[in-house]
Amino acid sequence: MATDAKSEGGLVFHPLDQFIVKPLFGDGPVGLMTVTNVTLWMGIAVLAIIGVFVLGSRGRATIPTRMQSIAELIYGFIYKMVEDVTGKDGVKYFPYIMTLFVFILFVNYLALLPMSYSPTSMIAVTAIMGFGVFICVTILGFVLNGAAFLGLFWMKDAPLVLRPIIAVIEVISYFVRPVSHSIRLAGNIMAGHAVIKVFAGFAALTLVSPVAILGITAIYGLEVLVAGIQAYVFTILTCVYLKDALHPAH
Amino acid sequence: MATETTEATAGACVDAGGSAIGMPQLCADWMPNQIFWLVISLIVIYFVMSRIALPRIGAVLAERSGTITNDLAKAEDLKLQAVEAEAAYEKALADARTEASKIVAEARAAIQSDLDAELAKADEKISAQTAESEKAIAEIRASAADSIKTVAKDVAKSLVSAMGGTADAKTVTAAVTAKMKG
Repeated sequence: MATDAKSEGGLVFHPLDQFIVKPLFGDGPVGLMTVTNVTLWMGIAVLAIIGVFVLGSRGRATIPTRMQSIAELIYGFIYKMVEDVTGKDGVKYFPYIMTLFVFILFVNYLALLPMSYSPTSMIAVTAIMGFGVFICVTILGFVLNGAAFLGLFWMKDAPLVLRPIIAVIEVISYFVRPVSHSIRLAGNIMAGHAVIKVFAGFAALTLVSPVAILGITAIYGLEVLVAGIQAYVFTILTCVYLKDALHPAH
Repeated sequence: MATETTEATAGACVDAGGSAIGMPQLCADWMPNQIFWLVISLIVIYFVMSRIALPRIGAVLAERSGTITNDLAKAEDLKLQAVEAEAAYEKALADARTEASKIVAEARAAIQSDLDAELAKADEKISAQTAESEKAIAEIRASAADSIKTVAKDVAKSLVSAMGGTADAKTVTAAVTAKMKG
């Protein structure tokens, strides 16, 4: 890219180039099972998760080590969230929600390393998770409650005249859920990384480079927050949707 | 046809310079790959979590809370024991105090009786000695009076003879005796 900028004699930004999926070995097309940079960074995330949660808790110490403390902290945080939002009967879905949370959290934070790749910025990745949650929760709702699950859309405390209108709105908002659920995560991560890249492009100009580097630092700080918050938001929304499936009555 | 050649070398969504065409996020050619690896990652994480990590951490947390509850109960027990021990100690202290005061009173009484006996004995001795002394003094006094009488008779006889008279022993004695009585 630097050569591009030089050869064209001006500022050329390619903030989205960082999201290009590249095969790690060779230059061939990206097939279904090609080992790519996506694979690499998801794999690193999986290894980091195993490192913290399996190796960290290896000692099963009553007085925890630092790693075990981190694992226990995340465990306690998500367990309490699931229990608070979905109630006691939602606790059996805790491993699924924990899986989503640690995956998003670790991928988000690993993506903040320089030269890394951010799989959670890819709409395909977040859409699979978002729609996966949506489909599972909807099936679960019908299996557990039968037709009573449709009561979710029928507001019993609203005036009778308004109920059909509210039902239509509720149905639309229900089907928008997976879209907003997945685009929220991908959009946040993608936007943050792209903005950092734009600032980095400006840093090539001597005159504005101090401002640009200050900007990178500030946005990076923001991204550190966003990485955690988006993992949290994705998880708590999953819990809320799960609660609707378990207790459809408002 | 030019696009086909770049596709062959760099892929569908990348131009000849290696930059992305449009958003890489929307490149349909790359999606199956991401989805495939995402599903693999999630399955691996799920099995690691649900089979190993979560039961282990849950057990550790349960064990810890159990240990804490036990320790608290134990501490409560120990506290009760300490309270009991303190009560026993207080009682022992009070007992010891009354015992001590009893002993002190006894000792005091014993000392008092000893003292009284000794005092009585001493008084007796003193009165005996006083009587003896009085007797001795009386003897001394009596002997002194006799001596004085003799001395007075002798002096009177000497005086009479010195003044040229003849001392009649009987008269002198009578006179001296009379004087001494008077």
